[in-house]
Amino acid sequence: MTLKEITFTINGQVQTLTIQPWRTLLEIIREDLQLTGTKEGCGQGECGSCTVIMDGKTVNSCLVPAVEADGKEIITIEGLSKGDTLHPIQQAFVEHSGMQCGFCTPGMIMSTKGLLDRNPNPNEAEIREGISGNFCRCTGYTKIIESIDAAARVMKKKD
Amino acid sequence: MKKEHEYSVIGKRIPRIDGRVKVTGEAKYAADYALPGMLWCKILRSPFAHARIKHIDTSRAAKLPGVKAVITGKDFYGWRWGWMPKTRDEAPLADDKVRYLAEAVAAVAAVDEDTAEEATELIQVEYEELPGVFDPEETMKEGAPKVYDHIPNNLSWEFHMDFGDVEKAFRESDLVREDRFETGRVITGYLEPPAAVALWDSSGITIWAAKQSPYFVYRHLAACFNLPLNKIRIIQPFIGGGFGGTKNDSLAGDFCACLMSRMTRKPVKFVYSMEEVLMTCRRRHNMIILNKMGMKKDGTITGMHSRVIADGGGHTAIGPLTMYLTGFMSTLPYKLPNFKHDAFRVFTNNPIGAAMRGHGVTHTRFAAEIQMEMMAEELGLDPVEVRLKNAVTAPHTTINKVTVDSCGLTEGLQTLRDRPEWRSKDNKKSTHDPISHGVGISGTAYLSGARQRGHQSCAAVIRLCEDGTIDYLTGATDCGQGSDTVLVQIIAEELGLQVEDIDIKRVDTALTPCDAGSYGSRVTVLAGEAAQKAAQDVKRQLAEIAARNWKVSPEEIAFRNNRVYVEGSPDLAMSFEQMAKVASYSGSGAVILGRGYSQYGIEELDFDRGEGNGGTAYSFTSQLSEVDVDTETGFVKCTNMVIAHDCGKPLSPVNVEAQNQGAAVQGLGQAMYEVFKMDKGKTLNPNLVDYKMPLSMDTPKIEIIDIITDDPHGPYGAKEASEGAIVSTPPSIISAIHDATGIWFKEQPVTPEKIVMALKDKQMNKK
Repeated sequence: MTLKEITFTINGQVQTLTIQPWRTLLEIIREDLQLTGTKEGCGQGECGSCTVIMDGKTVNSCLVPAVEADGKEIITIEGLSKGDTLHPIQQAFVEHSGMQCGFCTPGMIMSTKGLLDRNPNPNEAEIREGISGNFCRCTGYTKIIESIDAAARVMKKKD
Repeated sequence: MKKEHEYSVIGKRIPRIDGRVKVTGEAKYAADYALPGMLWCKILRSPFAHARIKHIDTSRAAKLPGVKAVITGKDFYGWRWGWMPKTRDEAPLADDKVRYLAEAVAAVAAVDEDTAEEATELIQVEYEELPGVFDPEETMKEGAPKVYDHIPNNLSWEFHMDFGDVEKAFRESDLVREDRFETGRVITGYLEPPAAVALWDSSGITIWAAKQSPYFVYRHLAACFNLPLNKIRIIQPFIGGGFGGTKNDSLAGDFCACLMSRMTRKPVKFVYSMEEVLMTCRRRHNMIILNKMGMKKDGTITGMHSRVIADGGGHTAIGPLTMYLTGFMSTLPYKLPNFKHDAFRVFTNNPIGAAMRGHGVTHTRFAAEIQMEMMAEELGLDPVEVRLKNAVTAPHTTINKVTVDSCGLTEGLQTLRDRPEWRSKDNKKSTHDPISHGVGISGTAYLSGARQRGHQSCAAVIRLCEDGTIDYLTGATDCGQGSDTVLVQIIAEELGLQVEDIDIKRVDTALTPCDAGSYGSRVTVLAGEAAQKAAQDVKRQLAEIAARNWKVSPEEIAFRNNRVYVEGSPDLAMSFEQMAKVASYSGSGAVILGRGYSQYGIEELDFDRGEGNGGTAYSFTSQLSEVDVDTETGFVKCTNMVIAHDCGKPLSPVNVEAQNQGAAVQGLGQAMYEVFKMDKGKTLNPNLVDYKMPLSMDTPKIEIIDIITDDPHGPYGAKEASEGAIVSTPPSIISAIHDATGIWFKEQPVTPEKIVMALKDKQMNKK
């Protein structure tokens, strides 16, 4: 077995890891770096709970071989807030109760970030499409969509 | 009771108290825990749905480097668990027979996940495959393969309820209909797979486990391993969704991780895969409902006889309660003077049927609602007027002695009937094919503060800290529904504090008081009552101290806005913080501990006859759903839902909305999308995409209207808000599909294939 060395930036910090080549990005985020905010729901790229941002694009980290992260920049849920100050998306989810059990929430917030980075002014249909890769079993999506809409408005004002 | 305007925290639109830890990723779930030296547990599962286990050879697995323990069913010495003493039929690992596909037969603990997985493949099990039985009607027939050798006709449980005289009622009816309905094979669908880290050391078992009702598991572990309860410590992580069933029970992984921790003296962790969840975890029962209803020309319901057959799968689990719930709640929400119910739960070689949100009630209410509509149509009556004619109004006692002291059904139905969506529904009928629009209304009831047999009460302990902050201990679990927020609101209200002043501790069975569990919409009502009483106990103790200081009587002391004062004497006042200091330091100092436990719902209930209150109160849900049906493809888009829910009084309006919205979408999945495709006990679609849980694009915006009835029993007038809408959604959707297509669908889910086929049949019959 040949171990691989990879170097990448995660939440602004450079990391170098020596890993077995079959491991997934999700595994090294959760196990090696102990950033357990990113969740594993299905492990098959269907539920979206493991969504992170890699080089500006949302990915299901359970499907990404960790070696592909080499040289990339990754943001996880832990990388959104600045100290005690929540990111406006996080703040909106808190204020509008855009979560219940919270298990899908980190992935949902990362998909929201991906959406708002691409389209800062989404309508309801675009919001629904933007999170269509993320299952939520608790909320029925209504309060999540209200949270995303509120986040977009706040972020637009700040610009 | 305080007047409405006097509440300062109750009824306010405050956000969830756990929002912040959940949006930062800080909230830890069971799978996020790791301990030094921890081993990984993996489970070997049966490749047969029905087989006798002849021999298991674990020697090759045990020799694999990194493997620390291998166990089989024999290591549990024949121990079984189940909901009632006489239904204990499930072993942690099957030791005699496997009764459903992928039932657990052996387990391994190894230094890492891959080694554990590899080792399970080295275990050799010799099976004698047995003929299986997979159809709930076939399994009852003479000569069907037996799931349990000693149980005739594979009958797991039966209930017979008989009130009034249904035969006479049918004779005196103007119309009698008999129809066969069926509910689908669906599952709770939480995204967090069951997981735990177990450690067995000299202080007993400590387990960080994903449990919706940890005190069930607390008792199971004590019984399985013959340990006293004070040696079982379940520490609750955050829970990634429950919805009844699996997380309200123990599973193979729990027992195996504990046993292998004892053997190895190491912590042992397991996390189920989503495939394991969807293949082996508890599901909603698939039920066949043969329903017979009588009606007068004017729409008055005269009687109903339901015959229910439920696929229980390979074990009993909580099935008897399910069957009870299919019957005892049938006398709500419409006046039913004559009622007969014959319910049969049968064993098959399918995965186990158990509780799920809307437990039992969703099946028979769906059948009765749709049949009522069919009869209204046949008699040329308006379906909403028929509902209003038959709707119970408070106070009401049903023929099986269920007492309703608050009821918002009539108001809910009238509210929806007057909505533009309903009034203008015929104008919306599309002229541009192939999309056909439909609207449906349903009216249903659910129980609040459900009871099981045995332990029923909830308790609370409140510790006053000397700086005026509060530590609150409850045995109730918030698995996502928002109960922590509601419970903290109650304590803040009573003590005149803010929610931020109160810290709710997560359940730890070594510290928190015993609790029946988070099921049957009971937490707000019963844990809420306990919280209220414990806070009042603290208030009473503080008022005595304050009264002594100010030389007034304790009844004159008020608690409001973080202040303690004498009513009407502005000079006699101090901050709550000061009050806490005075109490803690005066004289020898006091230790203020408040305690309380719920006492509602303790009267005797005749479980066998289906008579008496199975809940402390009853909620009523009226729902309007709109659909667009593509008559060429059969594809249905639900475009709107309006839910008028009577939860008595919403203590946490945001959570009441959220619970209704979530329940409605789960009900939408059940009505239109979700189903396990089965082939001889094998689940053919054990993944979320093929199982078809609703995504954001499949769901409408959902409007919630609160119908306030101020229940006399619930704390501050509250009743349930978590389950009613999963009962009301399927009939309202299916009624809307009928409105769009003219076809009554009697089997859930109503898939595009069924719609296309039915439309074709309809066209053929026309020709």
